[in-house]
Amino acid sequence: MDFSLTEEQTMFRDMFRSFATKEIAKVAEHTDKNEQVPPELLKKAAEQGMLGALVPDTFGGAALDPVSYALMLEEIGKACMSTAVVLAHHTSQATQAILDFGSDAQKEQFLPLLASGETIGAFALTEPDAGSDFKAVTTHAVHEGNEYVLNGVKTWVGNAGIAGLFIVFAASNPKANGKGMTAFIVEKDTPGLKVGHREPTLGLRGATYHTLYLDNVRVPEANRLGAEGDGAAIADKALDHFRLALAAIALGLTAAAVEAGVKFAAERIQFGGPIARKQAIQNYIADSSAQVEALRYLVYHTAWQAGQGAGLSTAATYAKLFAAQAARFVTDRMVQVHGGYGYMEDYAIARMYRNSRSLDLLGGTDELMRVAIAGDLFKSQQLQIAP
Amino acid sequence: MDFEFSPEHVALRKMLREFAEEEVRPLAKTIDREHRVPWETLKKAAKIGLLGVPFPQKYGGMGAGETGYCIAMEEIGRVCTSTITNIGAHIGIAAMAIYLDGTEAQKQKYLVPLASGEKIGAFGLTEPNAGSDAAAIRTRAVREGDSYILDGSKIYITNGPIAGICSVLAVTDPTLGARGGVTAFIIETEWEGFKIGSQENKMGIRGSSTSELIFDNLRVPQENVLGKVGLGFVTFMKTLDYGRASLGAGCLGGAEAALEAAMQWAKARNQFGTYIAAKQSIQWMVADIACEVEALRSLIYRTAWLIDSSRPFSREAAMCKLYGSEVASRAINKALQIHGALGYSSDFHIERGWRDARIAEIFEGTNEIQRIVIASDLFQQIGVRIRS
Repeated sequence: MDFSLTEEQTMFRDMFRSFATKEIAKVAEHTDKNEQVPPELLKKAAEQGMLGALVPDTFGGAALDPVSYALMLEEIGKACMSTAVVLAHHTSQATQAILDFGSDAQKEQFLPLLASGETIGAFALTEPDAGSDFKAVTTHAVHEGNEYVLNGVKTWVGNAGIAGLFIVFAASNPKANGKGMTAFIVEKDTPGLKVGHREPTLGLRGATYHTLYLDNVRVPEANRLGAEGDGAAIADKALDHFRLALAAIALGLTAAAVEAGVKFAAERIQFGGPIARKQAIQNYIADSSAQVEALRYLVYHTAWQAGQGAGLSTAATYAKLFAAQAARFVTDRMVQVHGGYGYMEDYAIARMYRNSRSLDLLGGTDELMRVAIAGDLFKSQQLQIAP
Repeated sequence: MDFEFSPEHVALRKMLREFAEEEVRPLAKTIDREHRVPWETLKKAAKIGLLGVPFPQKYGGMGAGETGYCIAMEEIGRVCTSTITNIGAHIGIAAMAIYLDGTEAQKQKYLVPLASGEKIGAFGLTEPNAGSDAAAIRTRAVREGDSYILDGSKIYITNGPIAGICSVLAVTDPTLGARGGVTAFIIETEWEGFKIGSQENKMGIRGSSTSELIFDNLRVPQENVLGKVGLGFVTFMKTLDYGRASLGAGCLGGAEAALEAAMQWAKARNQFGTYIAAKQSIQWMVADIACEVEALRSLIYRTAWLIDSSRPFSREAAMCKLYGSEVASRAINKALQIHGALGYSSDFHIERGWRDARIAEIFEGTNEIQRIVIASDLFQQIGVRIRS
């Protein structure tokens, strides 16, 4: 056993921390108010190799190990959760799907663009009537000659506002009931593809979520990701990666919230002394800090397992569920430590609190995580659990 | 024992439900988006007597008591938390302070226009260094002839920018502190020396205005001292006690609305081949909200009954505020979860409810302060003093 970071991981973390502090934290409030991550910030992050974090160096990526990648998202999440989530949609969902399932040609064509940040990736799975139940997608793909014709509507497509490439999931065989789903790489300028209504959101206002319309979108066979029917497996795997990424972001968010709470409690004088001297405040801070530490090693452990080649599935589910609950608890308690100030948008904690609420929904609801965990546990009893 | 509402209160609820649905609900989303006070609603509210519900008719009120006031906060709270914040600050603390400790002349001059809704009231207590520690206020009032000169500032004052009448607390004798050195005053916001400072950009209740109040050489005639000189802290704390039960009632309305919305969506939303109401996770959330709503409702109206029948109610009112705010937050949080991504979208009303609900755990005495009030009262009964 060894819980310390390697020399290389420490070096990466310091680099990420320095970048996040210098470049991201100072524009976090602006990103939220302006409702977009500044394009020049994404460019700078790309120059640091962050947009190709997981891509092998042969395709121009930084080829980070999973623990270093978690450290990256943690540090960015500390500075600005919107920015971190934009990177996670790009890296852990869109890019990862091509890494895991792309053909050699697809990798050569798309990975360098994604890794350099020239193209931002998006992931189009959810539909109005297929949220948690994503296998119920009705967007369909019809094979015609050497093309597929895609029709349908996707909602809540993360990064849609800035993306050049979409991983789109469609039913290619409606009779196969979920097993007939296929994934496609669709470029933004493909005729018939339209980015529609942007969702105004409670938090994560720097990230963009749009409705995506597919109206007779013709996708060449060469852009089919994996085989026909591989869609569910591709979605599941990308979601696993995304869940771990969200847990790492939540770690950064909660650590930043506790830091803000500790600082405020030490400075705020009430009843003749800093409120840090009150046990009510100490309780909130101690309970929150314990959550952060538990989450920290759950995230690192899960990332480390991924680096060992173990399957992520249930492990990422645990990490995401625990992360969402910790983030809700910690940001809520830290708002309370701030009192009236915590309700004002001038204080970062108000934004963190709004942002944290996305974690119980994004990448699968808490309820779905619990079904997956219970399902995994009951497997040992030869019992099948469905949502 | 009798848990039935009187026919008058039943009729009041019916009227207010209609008012809430017809006049308040249609504006709830707009005023949040535009960060503006719903003047048009407040004017209509004044016409039906809503801005003076608890006060006797001889002071321009409706005479419906605390029970009637709680009904009003519950009914309007079902549809818009910003609006009950405006109304609650106006009735529950601003006008209430004058009703409780004003002279007959002060009541005629100030309570009547407040209760009839001709003017809006604000309650000036909080300062940058005096939040939960209300006794640490710095605003000074210096006697000069038959007047007092006020200098200082207040922050986070609900209704600050729209108030015509404001009750404020200022230090008259720095050597005595909160016990004997602090005095309450009634001021008119048109007086020279009264200014509105910066307005706050809040996470929620954006249809209520919150601002800084600045007193710069503000001359207040001595007949506007509220209560006795030196006993302003007592007046203000007593007023806050009254405000807490009704604040809990507003939270009750919010929690009920969350429950209704959660149930409607659970019925409408299909996933995995059936409406999600068929899933136990959803059922548990709905059942838990409903239990808390029932417990809260009993707590609120029992406390209102204590007040209306002139029984002690301080501890119970603190419980209404503490439990009410936490129930409302939990309820809307579960309702958001049941709505999934739709709950996170500002196109829909759940996310506004979620942002709005959070303030009740903080303002009018943080929940930490409520716990101290409750614990002090409990320990006092066995002869233990936990507060100096």
